[in-house]
Amino acid sequence: MATDQLTSPTVSDSSTTPSRRRFRIDDRYIPVLGTVIVLVVMLAIGGNLYDNFLTGRVMANVLINNSFLVVLAVGMTFVILTGGIDLSVGAVLALSTCVSAWMFTHGWSAAITIPVAILVGTLIGLAVGLMIHVFEVQPFIATLAAMFLARGLCYIVAPESIPIEDPTIVALSTTHWPLFGTFDITPSGVIALAVVLIAFVTLHYTRFGRTVYAIGGSEQSARLMGLPVARTKVLVYVISGTCAGIGGLLFAVFSRSGYSLTGVGMELDAIAAVVIGGTLLTGGSGFVLGSVMGVVVLGLIQTIITFQGTLSSWWTKIFIGALLLVFVVLQRILAIRRR
Amino acid sequence: MMTATNASSGASDEKPVQPIVVMTGITLSFPGVKALDGVDFRLFPGEVHALMGENGAGKSTLIKALTGVYTIDDGRIVVDGQERSFSGPAQAQDVGISTVYQEVNLCDNLSVAENIMLGHEVRRAGMVDWRSTRRRAAEHLRTMNLDIDPRSSLDSHSLAVQQLVAISRAMVVDARVLILDEPTSSLDAEEVARLFDVVRSLRDRGVAILFVSHFLDQVYAISDRLTVLRNGTLVGEYRTSELPRVELVQKMIGRELAVLEKLEEAPKRSVAERSDTQPFVQAIGLGRKGSIEPFDLDVYSGEVVGLAGLLGSGRTELARLLYGADRADHGEIRVHGEPARIRTPRSALARGIVYSSESRKTEGIVGDLTVRENITLGLQAERGWLRRVSRRKTDEVVDGYIKALGIRPANPDAVAGNLSGGNQQKVLLARWLATQPKLLILDEPTRGIDVGAKAEIQRLVAELASDGMAVVFISAELEEVLRLSHRIAVMRDRRKVGEIANDDDVTTDDVVHLIASGGPEV
Repeated sequence: MATDQLTSPTVSDSSTTPSRRRFRIDDRYIPVLGTVIVLVVMLAIGGNLYDNFLTGRVMANVLINNSFLVVLAVGMTFVILTGGIDLSVGAVLALSTCVSAWMFTHGWSAAITIPVAILVGTLIGLAVGLMIHVFEVQPFIATLAAMFLARGLCYIVAPESIPIEDPTIVALSTTHWPLFGTFDITPSGVIALAVVLIAFVTLHYTRFGRTVYAIGGSEQSARLMGLPVARTKVLVYVISGTCAGIGGLLFAVFSRSGYSLTGVGMELDAIAAVVIGGTLLTGGSGFVLGSVMGVVVLGLIQTIITFQGTLSSWWTKIFIGALLLVFVVLQRILAIRRR
Repeated sequence: MMTATNASSGASDEKPVQPIVVMTGITLSFPGVKALDGVDFRLFPGEVHALMGENGAGKSTLIKALTGVYTIDDGRIVVDGQERSFSGPAQAQDVGISTVYQEVNLCDNLSVAENIMLGHEVRRAGMVDWRSTRRRAAEHLRTMNLDIDPRSSLDSHSLAVQQLVAISRAMVVDARVLILDEPTSSLDAEEVARLFDVVRSLRDRGVAILFVSHFLDQVYAISDRLTVLRNGTLVGEYRTSELPRVELVQKMIGRELAVLEKLEEAPKRSVAERSDTQPFVQAIGLGRKGSIEPFDLDVYSGEVVGLAGLLGSGRTELARLLYGADRADHGEIRVHGEPARIRTPRSALARGIVYSSESRKTEGIVGDLTVRENITLGLQAERGWLRRVSRRKTDEVVDGYIKALGIRPANPDAVAGNLSGGNQQKVLLARWLATQPKLLILDEPTRGIDVGAKAEIQRLVAELASDGMAVVFISAELEEVLRLSHRIAVMRDRRKVGEIANDDDVTTDDVVHLIASGGPEV
């Protein structure tokens, strides 16, 4: 098609098929579109089966109960967009929770404890990022090591469950702001949404964000284009670690305790949410809002099974597994079609 | 395509201008190899300068030394009067040296606008201003006469358009030096013409353009001057209009015609009597897009057909099509006059066609296995894994070939990886001969082996042919091809440009002329 036009003085690739082009959805949006469809279908099923399913309270709870997972998924989105993976976030979240619980019981104020807990995640992310950049360790292995390290440190900080009675945390966990009648929002929800918003702006309106996408598209090309590949790759793990730190705080607010077995396997939930949210595991394509929808889908599966009442909660895993398979196959089909 | 005379008009007058790039005494080594040895190079504004040389001559290495991908061991790089050493392409870009690579190095998951502007987006208060960014991208596309939607995704465009987008990107930084590394290798003739229009308009705006290509026609059509490299050393710098093609080819290959002719005294074999009226293998319009243009080739039993041409001219590609290692998308192959579907090496093997690869180490010898195991691989594969070749048969075959080919050490249990290159080549030959092929395709069987082994392999090829085997012999050494072949197919620019019957009157001179001129068909 393009060959013929090259003989004419100007090349116009796109104007040849205007009518077809207008209705064609960009390939980049197809996976996210899939997420939206799944979300709508689940809301329809839930709404049909159970009377009080589509209420503000239920929807708010889905978001609030999963606010830490939203934050983890946001960080994970950055990493997966570059084509990497971060297995450490569940353990880092637990470490952040344990550290804050330990500091509160030792009399530290919230003004110091909260930044330190977040910083724990940032530092682990930085260490992982440097390991991947300087020593060219596979992200899978580097973050696996960080996962064991962080989980081990949890037991040292908090061998047993430590309750949190700090007034700031208690206040954060009990505050509710009513929003349009039955819809309540908590500080955790607000923090999670703020993180999402910042991530969205970063990914779409900064050079750093665009470099993340470029690296995912082709790291080799990004390097030859003169983009700061090394800095960006380290930074995505710093961001993921920081998000895990924030997630740890939100989990502390949620559970009001620090316990070393917190969030075992949560990194896999985060990865599942990102993939169901339409981000390609090979990197370069995906949206942070998709990941949020992915978390909501996971939350809705859980909610529907709770409403159903007779099914064991393990059915959640079965549904998530099936959904993941569908999305991964969808990704492969898109990738093959593009070739 | 343009002729040489009207292309050189751009910079034919004397140059009072200062060169923008001066590289002197550039030396660069990789472990065990001296990739560049004291190479000088200069580039003037407003010229198209072609960098010529065979594969491995050091063209890409020189470019990467200039753009800071490699750090040079010795020498000076002066850009615009200032000595520089770049730590990477980003730094080179900052002083206006942009590179467009052979493979389009863009991100096809992003939009056209982003690919042009990445790293140079228009920002307001730290945020990317997409509207202005897209407008800037559109302006750059217009200067390339490229009317495409900047929002469209890059992978929705043809390779040629992507190549032009890559050049647009290079020009965003106001490049004063534009390096085009084999930009035309995947474009067709019209797309090339289109690209050249852009290159000429950039040259007229004073951009210095460094052009690397294997295609002689294109070099003569676009370049004002050229620099020839050979084996990492500088051969010379010439004005394109003053250097005839034949001389250019000689300089690239590295032998003066006189020297070539002397070697011609080598013993000539008699042209074999053609016993068959029908060729053993007949390729009719066989071709594969992006690899080799459709060609016809007949190979008779008892005949050696030589393939001559520069490295990268399509010799290996032709062989791989015959063997089914690559799948043809044009034409057909006939074996004994019967149409044959040879789409995999397995089906070629079943018809008695074997191919000994030019990459002995990676596509031939299994270095960790013994000589015996290497030789019997082909035999066993032919029989299928269930029918084991008996030990007695194995020993018989292996000992036979070790003796016949003079493989040293004459020890079937020696690990093949430890043998010298020449002996590895013999082991490889033995592997294929053990399957008793009817057509033997040898790709550079004598490269990198010592003179004695080379002569033995040549003698063996001649013997095999006189015993009735059909042989396709590929070599970069013209005299070797001439000495062995009954007929010679000449390759250039991934095209078979001619075929000559090798009687006693043919000299390397004729073949060089054929390679340079593109054959009688052009």
